[in-house]
Parts: sequence; structure tokens; C-alpha cells
Amino acid sequence: MLKIENLHAEIDGKEILKGLSLEVNAGEVHAIMGPNGAGKSTLAYVLGGRPGYEVTQGSATFMGQDLFDMEPHERAAAGFFLGFQYPVEIPGVSNVQFLREALNSQRKARGEEPLTGGEFLKLAKEKAGLLKLDMEMLKRPVNVGFSGGEKKRNEMVQMGILDPSFAVLDETDSGLDIDALKVVGEGINAIMRAPEKGVLLITHYQRLLDYVQPDKVHILAAGRIVKTGGPELARQLEDEGYDEVMAA
Amino acid sequence: MTALPTHKDEAWRYADLEAVETLGAGALDQWQELSLADGETLRRCLLVGGDAPELHRIRLTVDKGARAELFVVVTGNDYCRVEVETDLAEGAHFELGGVTIGGGDAVREIVTRTTHDAPEATSNQVVRAVHWGEATGNFLGAINVGRLGQRTDAAQDFKALVLEKGASANAKPELEIFADDVKCAHGAAIGQMDEMARYYMASRGLAPDVAKRLLIRAFIADALAALLDEEEAERLLEAALGVLAERA
Repeated sequence: MLKIENLHAEIDGKEILKGLSLEVNAGEVHAIMGPNGAGKSTLAYVLGGRPGYEVTQGSATFMGQDLFDMEPHERAAAGFFLGFQYPVEIPGVSNVQFLREALNSQRKARGEEPLTGGEFLKLAKEKAGLLKLDMEMLKRPVNVGFSGGEKKRNEMVQMGILDPSFAVLDETDSGLDIDALKVVGEGINAIMRAPEKGVLLITHYQRLLDYVQPDKVHILAAGRIVKTGGPELARQLEDEGYDEVMAA
Repeated sequence: MTALPTHKDEAWRYADLEAVETLGAGALDQWQELSLADGETLRRCLLVGGDAPELHRIRLTVDKGARAELFVVVTGNDYCRVEVETDLAEGAHFELGGVTIGGGDAVREIVTRTTHDAPEATSNQVVRAVHWGEATGNFLGAINVGRLGQRTDAAQDFKALVLEKGASANAKPELEIFADDVKCAHGAAIGQMDEMARYYMASRGLAPDVAKRLLIRAFIADALAALLDEEEAERLLEAALGVLAERA
């Protein structure tokens, strides 16, 4: 579903990703863990097409298409979703207005009919309920005045509404309290656990993986995948730390 | 007859004086005088958007407890200047919402002089400027609080979005206060589009032009927030955004 081969990428001329390869098949959840500065967020932004993140070598194929050949909004319409580590505040634009425009832009790009206001609100209410986010918050400007945890839950509400086929979730668990983590974990399962979908979870902690069981765990260090294993690898990391596991 | 101004005159510092000259000194004498009686409310909405230079000079005399509201959208393709002189009596209020928007090489400006020389008068001015090409947007706001203007509450808020290199904006707040129990707030900010917000919106599927329009709409909507007639506010907003569409 997503195949990354020998990916090299740089920011401001500094190479961060140095030959990263990874393949996630439909129906799979993969986790990427790694020490600070390994390139995890860079990988997320490169896949999401953030300006300033330049691919210098390698490829990423998403459902048969060249991901890097698409603009960020085209990637979204093709079913790619990026959950931000630091969701952005947009003063003056309400969540509801933003998401309805976003969803209908995607639908239009796919040749589908737009949702009416009523249909959209019903969908938004359902997904907000799933993530236990107050519907009133969706009427407020995007992420403005939201706590860290509310922003992360809002990311997942957006994912629920947009219903992507593949999601890269960049530290969606950071900033969440224990209860919120459970809600978000269950949300990810409800929205993304399907035979035709895939997820790449970037995380620092084993705890999220208790709720969202990964099929594979990768360790990213110095811009490359240095080790791949099953869910037990995450537990081993939690117990022993990166240095020891990578040296083994 | 009034002499033609020069750039040494503070209120004409950033004006397009060649355009003023084509209008002739006679145009400078044409003041539209509006007087509000005790307790009266007046609301004026003004769209300035021709292909030739335009000069609108308005003089407001607002009696005890009266309320004058002026909403101005300046979109013209040549030099446009809207100038408002307001004299507030006891407990009177002046509300200004102003927008200058456009490209080319035109100078578009809103210039106000608000006199608080009676107790407990209030004024609130919110101006937004959006420019590109080699255009210039100016807001010059003078507030004069005389010795009798105790418990004055005056606010001025100017923000400009400069969409590309070459365009510019000037803010010139000018406060002269002779009373001692006074609140005068003023703020000015000139900046560029929030690229992270645009990217965030793109990552959810919004095409760049749609995202830009939503962001600019939110930005200028601040200036029309006090216009409670929603239909009229929508008309002014659409007129402003229409200029943006022509650019594309």
C-alpha cells in the first residue's frame, strides 16, 4: 500500500533521511520508534509534502501512484492522511467550515457529490462522539484555545470525518493523559483497522501500542530503519532502551 | 480653497500625490458632513472600487449618546483614500471597520482623526489590509483626547497581510492625550500568510487557492465583525474577496 525505497531527504541542505526503506501492506499497522533527532517527524512531513522538505533520492509509492508527484492536497484526496504532532491553529475558521470544505474538496477531486450541511453535521457528530470531543468545540476556530490533548483528539476526529485509506500519525499520543490515550487508541482502531487500510504510527511510547497493536515495529535511527521486529520489539525497547537494543 | 498636500503633511505621508493632483484641489474641499442627534444611530457601508482615483472625505459629528458606524471596503484600481474626521460628544460612540485589498501599483488608504473632547465617549477602529503586486495599503489613525475627554475608551487595531514581495503596508497610529483618566489601545501588525496554516489546510485536501481564500476571508472578517447586519457584512466580504479572485 505504501512502499518507500531508499529515501533521502533534506531540510535547508541538511540530510536527515539517509536511505530509508519501508513497506506497509493493506490491513497492517506499523509503528516507528526511535531516539530524538532520528528523523521520525521529517519522514512524516516528507510523506505529507510539507514545503521545505526536499526529497533528494529514492521513491514512495502510494497505492500504485508516485506520492512525491502529488501536491499535498492531492495526496489527501488520494486517501493519504497526516496526523500532526503539533496541530496548527487557524483563527477565524471554524472546524466545521474547514472540515466540510476539506471533505468536499476531496470528494470533488474524486468525482463524488459534495455532502450537504446536514449530512456533514451528522457525520461530524458521529466522529466527535467516537473521540469523546464536545461537538461545541467543532464549532470553534480550528485548534484555537484547545488544550494539547484536545488538539490531538481533534486530529483523530478529522481523520474519522475524512476517512483516509492510509494514515501517518506523528506522535499522536504525546500530550495525552491516560484516559485520552485509551480513547484515541480505540478511535484509531475504529477508524483505521480495516483490511483495505494502513497505518504508520510514529511514537515514543509503548503505551499507545497496548491499544493499537502493531503488526511490525521499526527502529529509526540516524535517518534509516536499523531494526524491524514484531510488537515484542517495542516492549524490549521500553525495558532496555535504544542503545542496548540497537547494539544487540 | 485648500492647497494641495505634500508628503510633509503627516496625514498625507504615504498618499499618491500625483493622483491627488489629477483630482484637483477642489476635491479636497468636498467633505460629506453627517451629524447625528442625541441618541441617534447611523450606519453607513461604503464600497470604494473604481478604476480612477477616488477621494472620500467624511466628517461625523456625533452628539450625546449617539452611535456612528462606518464600514468601508476599498478595492479600487487606482489611488483611493477614505478619510473620516469624527467629533464625539459625551457618551457617543464611533465604530469603524475598514478593509483595503488589491494589487497593481495603487495606494489604498484609510485615514481617521477621532476627537474625544467630551467625557465617556468610546471609539473602536478595526482595519485590515491585504495587498500584492506593488500595491500599498495604509492606515493612519489619529486620536485626540482633549482635556474634557475623561473616561475616554478608544481602540485601534490594524493588521496587514502582504502576499508577496513588492507590496507594502504602512501603519501610523497617532495618539494625543490631554485627559488623565483614559483608555487608548492601539495595535498594528504587518505580516505574511501563515504558511503552516496553508500547509495544514492542504494536508486535509484543500486546494491552495481555496485555503488562501478561507484564510483571507477570516482575516478581513475581523474588520466587519461589528457589522451586525449579516447580509450587508456578507456583501462587503464578497466584494473584497472578489478582488482576490480576479487576481488568480
